Amino acid sequence: MYRYDHYDQAMVDSRVEEFRDQTRRRLEGMLSEDQFKPLRLQNGLYLQLHAYMLRVAIPYGTLSGAQMHALADIAGKYDRGYGHFTTRQNIQYNWIKLDEAPDLLADLARVEMHAIQTSGNCIRNISSDQYAGAIADEIIDPRPYAELLRQWSSFHPEFLALPRKFKIAVIASQTDRAAMKLHDIGIRMVRNDAGEIGAAFYVGGGMGRTPMIAPCIREFVPVDQLITYSEACLRVYNRYGRRDNKYKARIKILVHELGREKYTRQVEEEFAHLLTQGIEPPLAELKRIATFFADPPFETGLADDVDRSDPGFALWLDRNTLPHKQPGYAIAVISLKPVGGIPGDASVEQMHLMADLATRYSFDECRVTHAQNIVLPHVRKADLFAIWQQLEAAGLGAANLDTVEDIIACPGLDYCSLANARSIPVAQKISRRFSDTGKTAELGELKLKISGCINACGHHHAGHIGILGVDRKGTENYQLLLGGSEGDDTSLGKITGPGFDEDGIVDAVERATDVYLARRQEGERFLDTYRRVGIDAFKEAIYG
Amino acid sequence: MKILTGNDLKSGAVTWWTGYDWSIHVEDAVDVGDEADAIAAREEGARRVNAPCAIDAERDAKGGVRPVHIKDRIRALGPTVRPDLTLKPADPEAGNWVI
Repeated sequence: MYRYDHYDQAMVDSRVEEFRDQTRRRLEGMLSEDQFKPLRLQNGLYLQLHAYMLRVAIPYGTLSGAQMHALADIAGKYDRGYGHFTTRQNIQYNWIKLDEAPDLLADLARVEMHAIQTSGNCIRNISSDQYAGAIADEIIDPRPYAELLRQWSSFHPEFLALPRKFKIAVIASQTDRAAMKLHDIGIRMVRNDAGEIGAAFYVGGGMGRTPMIAPCIREFVPVDQLITYSEACLRVYNRYGRRDNKYKARIKILVHELGREKYTRQVEEEFAHLLTQGIEPPLAELKRIATFFADPPFETGLADDVDRSDPGFALWLDRNTLPHKQPGYAIAVISLKPVGGIPGDASVEQMHLMADLATRYSFDECRVTHAQNIVLPHVRKADLFAIWQQLEAAGLGAANLDTVEDIIACPGLDYCSLANARSIPVAQKISRRFSDTGKTAELGELKLKISGCINACGHHHAGHIGILGVDRKGTENYQLLLGGSEGDDTSLGKITGPGFDEDGIVDAVERATDVYLARRQEGERFLDTYRRVGIDAFKEAIYG
Repeated sequence: MKILTGNDLKSGAVTWWTGYDWSIHVEDAVDVGDEADAIAAREEGARRVNAPCAIDAERDAKGGVRPVHIKDRIRALGPTVRPDLTLKPADPEAGNWVI
């Protein structure tokens, strides 16, 4: 894992003290809310529906045991005993007091974490593949590149006042597990014919009210020009992105309106200019960063056999673990989606347990996923049963990864001042419905995503089944979308028709799954069947 | 009726204008008529409230104050998915008041 050097630590520590002074001046009346609001937002502190909310960045989703323990301690000391893991590898605390926020940030800084650039029109937390460094299909660990981008984008003076917020994801596998093409910039680390590592750039993706899939604007950027090319992409956006209309200010609109070719040509011109300026960090810095992400000291000669005699464990094993690149090891996913639970929420006790498990069984490392789950990336197969037993005892043993119960849901109207409808109760009802009817396993992979407003924090556009909450004359109403995907075959869901009330949307989802069960062919997932038979068969069943 | 709401500057708690002070209980809210802007400016200037705004409300069947929009009712009670964290954790009917 990356460790702060004295520059990183000094920057974060000084920012805490700066915010402590700003907070004092606000509380003493020396700053108005209009003056203070941009300052607190630059430190991740929002004013939400019920209280102040703090969003903490978890760079590329990687946490040490000590960091997870610290997040738990913060939930107990400054919040109400829980935290909410978000859809962009962050954690949010919902009940923060303004006068305690500086101390909270100081506690975070002690474990090399912060909330800087988790709000505002700047480059946000760099996200990545939650299985980086553990999965067999990657060509290289993407996290050193994500860390380099984090350092470049942190406090970058040119990019702190962009037309709109800016999100970057970095992966290094053919399988996209980070919704890369739905980011402002998606970077896929690739190897060219000569065997050299480089980056393919996808620019102009996003969700929100105008969802777009990012086109590839360059298939290979040499690794020693990664930052320069990123800078060129941002410069063109910063220069021409719209600032007159916030709904048209994201880079996806610029790329769409200019067209991929024109935008790319401008980036290439800027890139050629920047290459003469020598802004790329020395390759030695990338190599220094990469040493922090070296493989842990895996044991060799371990058996791959696992005792499957406990049926509950066998189910969890099949559903929530993935093959590891190292024989004898597995990737274990802790579901934060218990039946009827709140997607992404974890209590103080649960966070401490996950931290302990990471330290004891996973080389002191865990990961946060954009699907609001937690990963133990490097677990000996011989330890899986002991891990599962402890998870079961703590209410974290749900065996439902990538099923209809593994729902992504934004906080919705229960917490968010932007939301139009509640997301969490719908997620709870759907997971209970499918658990009660026992259809979850039969349905197999089915990604269901719920947003409480058009901003799409719940990624509803990218769900095999998506749900969008809207306000219809003061009443919550839910639109159903089908056919979205965030993976290699990224696609955007289509609205089926008129919306439903809270119970009606649960029925509609079940009717859609019944169509799949009736019409699927051998080996087809829900998404495959939908793509083959088309939306009309589903609409007929849903609206009858 | 119009009622005035905001957040406590220090704690961030949702508060309601009672006619002479701020309360965390919406049932204490009073109709501010067309005085909302003046009260909000005075109270915000004195740092007794943050981000005040006037919202529409009505009387419920029991005569209590009930915000018209569901968002404001959730603000008034707390998250519907965590009854233990609402202002009325022991009231099984509280959720019905919101919905």
